[in-house]
Amino acid sequence: MGNNKVQSAIRKYNQDKTRLMDILIEIQKDENHISDEAARIISEKLELSIVDVEQTISFYHFLSRESQGKYTIYLNNSVVSNMMGGKIVAETFENEVGCKFGKVTDDGLIGLFDTACIGMSDQEPAALINGNVFIHLTPFRVKEIVRDMRAGKDVKKMHTSYLGGSQNKSEYLNSVVRNNIMRMGPVLSDDYNPGTIIMKNLPQLTPEQVIEEVKSSNIRGRGGAGFPTGLKWEFCRKAKGDKKYIICNADEGEPGTFKDRVILTEKPKLLIEGMVIAGYSIGATEGILYLRFEYKYLEHYLENVLKEAREKNLLGKDIGGIKGFHFDIRIQFGAGAYICGEESALIESVEGKRGEPRDRPPFPVEKGYNDCPTVVNNVETLCSTVKIMLNGGEWYSSLGTPESTGTKVLSISGDCRYPGIYEVEWGLTITDILDMVGSTDVQAIQVGGPSGSLIGPEEFERKLCYSDLVTGGSFIIFNYNRDLLKNVVLNFTDFFIEESCGSCVPCRSMTPLFKQKLEKILSGNGVASDLEDLKNWGKLMKINRCGLGHTAANPILTSLKNFKYLYEEKLERGKEYETGFNLEQAVSESCEATTRVPEF
Amino acid sequence: MSKPVLATATLAGCFGCHMSLLDIDEKILDLIELVEFNKSPLTDIKNFTKKCDIGLIEGGCCNSENVHVLKDFRKNCNILVSFGECAIMGGLPAFRNPIPIKECLEEAYLNGPSVKGNNKSGIIPNDEEIPMMLDKVYPCHEIVKIDYFLPGCPPSAELIWNALTALITGNEMELPYEVIKFD
Repeated sequence: MGNNKVQSAIRKYNQDKTRLMDILIEIQKDENHISDEAARIISEKLELSIVDVEQTISFYHFLSRESQGKYTIYLNNSVVSNMMGGKIVAETFENEVGCKFGKVTDDGLIGLFDTACIGMSDQEPAALINGNVFIHLTPFRVKEIVRDMRAGKDVKKMHTSYLGGSQNKSEYLNSVVRNNIMRMGPVLSDDYNPGTIIMKNLPQLTPEQVIEEVKSSNIRGRGGAGFPTGLKWEFCRKAKGDKKYIICNADEGEPGTFKDRVILTEKPKLLIEGMVIAGYSIGATEGILYLRFEYKYLEHYLENVLKEAREKNLLGKDIGGIKGFHFDIRIQFGAGAYICGEESALIESVEGKRGEPRDRPPFPVEKGYNDCPTVVNNVETLCSTVKIMLNGGEWYSSLGTPESTGTKVLSISGDCRYPGIYEVEWGLTITDILDMVGSTDVQAIQVGGPSGSLIGPEEFERKLCYSDLVTGGSFIIFNYNRDLLKNVVLNFTDFFIEESCGSCVPCRSMTPLFKQKLEKILSGNGVASDLEDLKNWGKLMKINRCGLGHTAANPILTSLKNFKYLYEEKLERGKEYETGFNLEQAVSESCEATTRVPEF
Repeated sequence: MSKPVLATATLAGCFGCHMSLLDIDEKILDLIELVEFNKSPLTDIKNFTKKCDIGLIEGGCCNSENVHVLKDFRKNCNILVSFGECAIMGGLPAFRNPIPIKECLEEAYLNGPSVKGNNKSGIIPNDEEIPMMLDKVYPCHEIVKIDYFLPGCPPSAELIWNALTALITGNEMELPYEVIKFD
């Protein structure tokens, strides 16, 4: 019976090996795992080696070879979740379910697993249960949920609160997720009728004119790297290739970021329009919306938005009446890998492979998806371009600062009165932002997620812009009650150890060494030379291939730079060298195994 | 001026690094002229009889005995050198590190193909004379401070010779490409 499902999943995607991800995700959903038999059938039908299939399965967090239980719980173990009581929620889950994290109950009913930030930092602790989002978890709720599972209740019917506001409660979504939009701007404003640009403006403009308009706005990529968007489109337009692609990167995996989730919920039509505009300007016929697996609950809703767009001729053939402009969008889901937010890794993933970054050059604008010229843009970037086309590049560049034009949608969480989404003009200082979100007594802020920087009060006058503090949008605020090294830096370091694709040696091997060193310091065995070691090792991270590798030691390196006193107060004084080696501890396991009393 | 004093030890290693040390051929005669050997398998001196200038350590630490010897070397040598991969990174013995020590012992004494059915008493050797096994194999610098590292499996005779003469003469070490190229 299992085989039939495997066969039908393969048929559904036309035995196309570049759709391996979709096939695996479908089988995982139906069977709670991908069996050896299923992997064998896939490799035969898709004419892939079994190793190719297995390595893709093993790469992604949400794909597994063993059953993950009828109910699969993925509890977020991010810093913010733990700040909001995630630890006690996790303990309650273990007690109620009766197994440890990483295990499935003996009866195969419930699987309990950790996962990295699921994009709900403003409503933690949160968990995914069979793909459905559960927010604001408490020990009380956990007991109810586990009781419901034992009673065989449908996950969709387990909610006890009202559905979230606005589109979250729409027919295709039915989700309790909250938007928490605290401040809107061009991207999030409510005053635009989607499709206007496609229907009214685009037919009057050549692709080159569109690119010129976007260039004149000086907008830069909102994913974090900040590459000028107009220039990227121009490169791709000029690149040689029969087929071109526009990919929207909605793989927001940076812990503490959740703005794309809100944009996808409230402004999907704006995003589609942005992708169509980009597609028109570069000469693409196909768009791919790459969504992180954590947002799978948006699938039906977004599919329906796409369907409606097709019905209105905003997608499909001769879009907006422009003869020969054919463009459509499909959704591609990831399966749980932070690295897939890196554009070349994302492209590998869309092709059905492990999400390992490619060597660059060639850049995706020359050789991207299926080796064709490809533009990869962030959700927010694409949405912004619609407003640029509506009001003009000049208008857009009047917002923000001269070199950082426009607005940025921030995801703000942690110790503040009003966590949520804030769309602000570039150029605000950190102090402005803290005042805006109602935060006092702030010890530190993690700007730009774990790959960004941990900064302290002496830097709160710095400005949010590309020439000073650049961010993909994540702000996590910590007050003085938080233990930064133990609860923040260590957690982020674990995150990078988990998320390293393993391709480059320093990223794969140094990150655990960084962690060991940090733990040594935390346990009171650190000496001054350990801090020097950390600093020097940091230089090695530059030889990694991608952004993840470059920044994987940032939690330690930036906290060491800005909060050196936290490290120093834990060091052993007057010692030049200390390994922290404990002989009694090291022999205890073997002595127990051989039933002998340790003697020293 | 008295000759510098050299001590060497093999911990969890295969003796290959010491073999490589002997592989300096006729230069061994120069070395004997240059240094005085103290505690070392080469001299069979069991205990330090004086403070040494240089200690060469082969192998990592897999048991309590290794740890004691290493600490003893640290106490008695001004400069301590990890020579060879096992001392530097644990090497081949560290292959057991991902497996819990209990499983390793059970495989070796109870369940392995060569012992299965033969160890009737089901005892894993536990005499107090036997050193206690560590939970994993540790590289030397995770136990004590190590001053220099000589890589290689084994480090070539020439590399050892260059390093020792550099340490003794105080000159900068010569590291031609051939000496540190391992593949």
